[in-house]
Amino acid sequence: MSAKKKEHVYTKGLDSAFLAVYNGYVFFLRFFREVFKGRMEFQEIIKQCYAIGNKSLLLIGMTGFITGMVFTKQSRPSLAEFGAVSWLPSLVAIAIVRALAALVTALISAGKIGSSIGAELGSMRVTEQIDAMEVSAVNPFKFLVVTRVLASTITIPILMFYCTAVSLMGAYLNVTLNEGTSFRAFFENAFEQITFLDIFTSLAKAIAYGFTIGIVGCYQGYNASKGTEGVGKAANSAVVISMFLIFIEEVIIVQVSNYFRN
Amino acid sequence: MEEYTGTAAPVIDIEDLYKSFGSLHVLRGVNLKVQKGENVVVLGRSGTGKSVLIKIIAGLLRQDKGKCLVLGEEVSTMNQRELRDIRQKIGFSFQNSALYDSMTVRENLEFPLVRNVPNLTRADIDEQVESVLDAVGLLQTINQVPSELSGGQRKRIGIARTLILKPEIMLYDEPTAGLDPITCLEINELINEVKEKYHTSSIIITHDLTCARATGDRIAMLLDGKFLKQGTFEEVFESDEPRIKSFYDYNFIQ
Repeated sequence: MSAKKKEHVYTKGLDSAFLAVYNGYVFFLRFFREVFKGRMEFQEIIKQCYAIGNKSLLLIGMTGFITGMVFTKQSRPSLAEFGAVSWLPSLVAIAIVRALAALVTALISAGKIGSSIGAELGSMRVTEQIDAMEVSAVNPFKFLVVTRVLASTITIPILMFYCTAVSLMGAYLNVTLNEGTSFRAFFENAFEQITFLDIFTSLAKAIAYGFTIGIVGCYQGYNASKGTEGVGKAANSAVVISMFLIFIEEVIIVQVSNYFRN
Repeated sequence: MEEYTGTAAPVIDIEDLYKSFGSLHVLRGVNLKVQKGENVVVLGRSGTGKSVLIKIIAGLLRQDKGKCLVLGEEVSTMNQRELRDIRQKIGFSFQNSALYDSMTVRENLEFPLVRNVPNLTRADIDEQVESVLDAVGLLQTINQVPSELSGGQRKRIGIARTLILKPEIMLYDEPTAGLDPITCLEINELINEVKEKYHTSSIIITHDLTCARATGDRIAMLLDGKFLKQGTFEEVFESDEPRIKSFYDYNFIQ
């Protein structure tokens, strides 16, 4: 009994939680060490950017459009109570640019891209393809991890701007159908309240989310074990952990941007 | 090609090697020397640590204790650059071939080549890829993806991918596992052809006695984490050791 207790510093669960955080930190540092080292796999980065963008374009477009439309529809009654329906374009634009577009893009991407990276690398790990790269004197971390993390960091901000545009179109459609506002009037009103800080914050968020989705997906896949069960687990954890981190980052970035806003 | 004399400096020199995974003691004091140009078959039941042994040689795992010298250098103390250099001289054929699913056969073969040999022209790459594919008899599959290949073809392409860097040492992990008897014979022939044509020294991990007899200059019988007996096929299986006898009989019955 006493010999068993000595196996763990705290408890088994707590020990493995600390170990997971430490291993994640080492993986994170390794990314920055490897990114500038040796040959850059530009072709693979472009291939991954295309795969990430192509995979999510339709889904993000549809979700963004519906979000813009529904948010406008839900906001109208509250503004109407104060006779402020004319503020609707500004309100919707602020909400989309400051929060919704980046979050919608990140959450959809975490589900679609994070799981796909986790499953792909996980399956490569359990079928020894990563070991095969290593014994062929090729750095698998550079080829698989660095390229995917860079690709998601580059592509998700682009997807976020696309989501912003489509969401505003959804909002415009709702406003024009109800109030008959022209395209020009809607967008003039919408952009009146948007500042450079809003766009910069939004971009910073998308970069942080893109990096998080890439690195978490790669970490889970790269360290997958236990055969096919491990592949499923890697894909699942990639989504859950990256979504959790995205919300934490959202809180931090909003706090920092509000500091500059005031 | 140099003949095996048993006295020249070995290309692989393993002394008193130990490896455990938690409380599971896999290797318990393994000793093995592989001479230049020699094919050594490591024979043993599943789970006896055969694959662990060659993964230590390739630097994929690190031993707990003991010496593992490859071409005169200790693998476990190498840094990334040294490991990369030594791995260019080692070919590793995986049990499940480990071909890159998302790439064609051509891309699978080009992958290590373009990343290890600088300044190759397109014509050089094509020539080398076609040459190794021809050596394994599968030139016609060059534009196929791994999912379109049979088990035997995948094994051959896996071997071709390792040959493209012209290794001095070949490590085969269960080269005939899961293949039909005719394909097994073809793979055995290929292993011998590789030795002749590329002048490689090899370790072949298997539990298939036909493969061991056909490809091994020397057999090393691994049981309970130690080599029980080493020698020619006849020397090993003429032994009175009951565990060796039962392994032989069981293989024969199968």
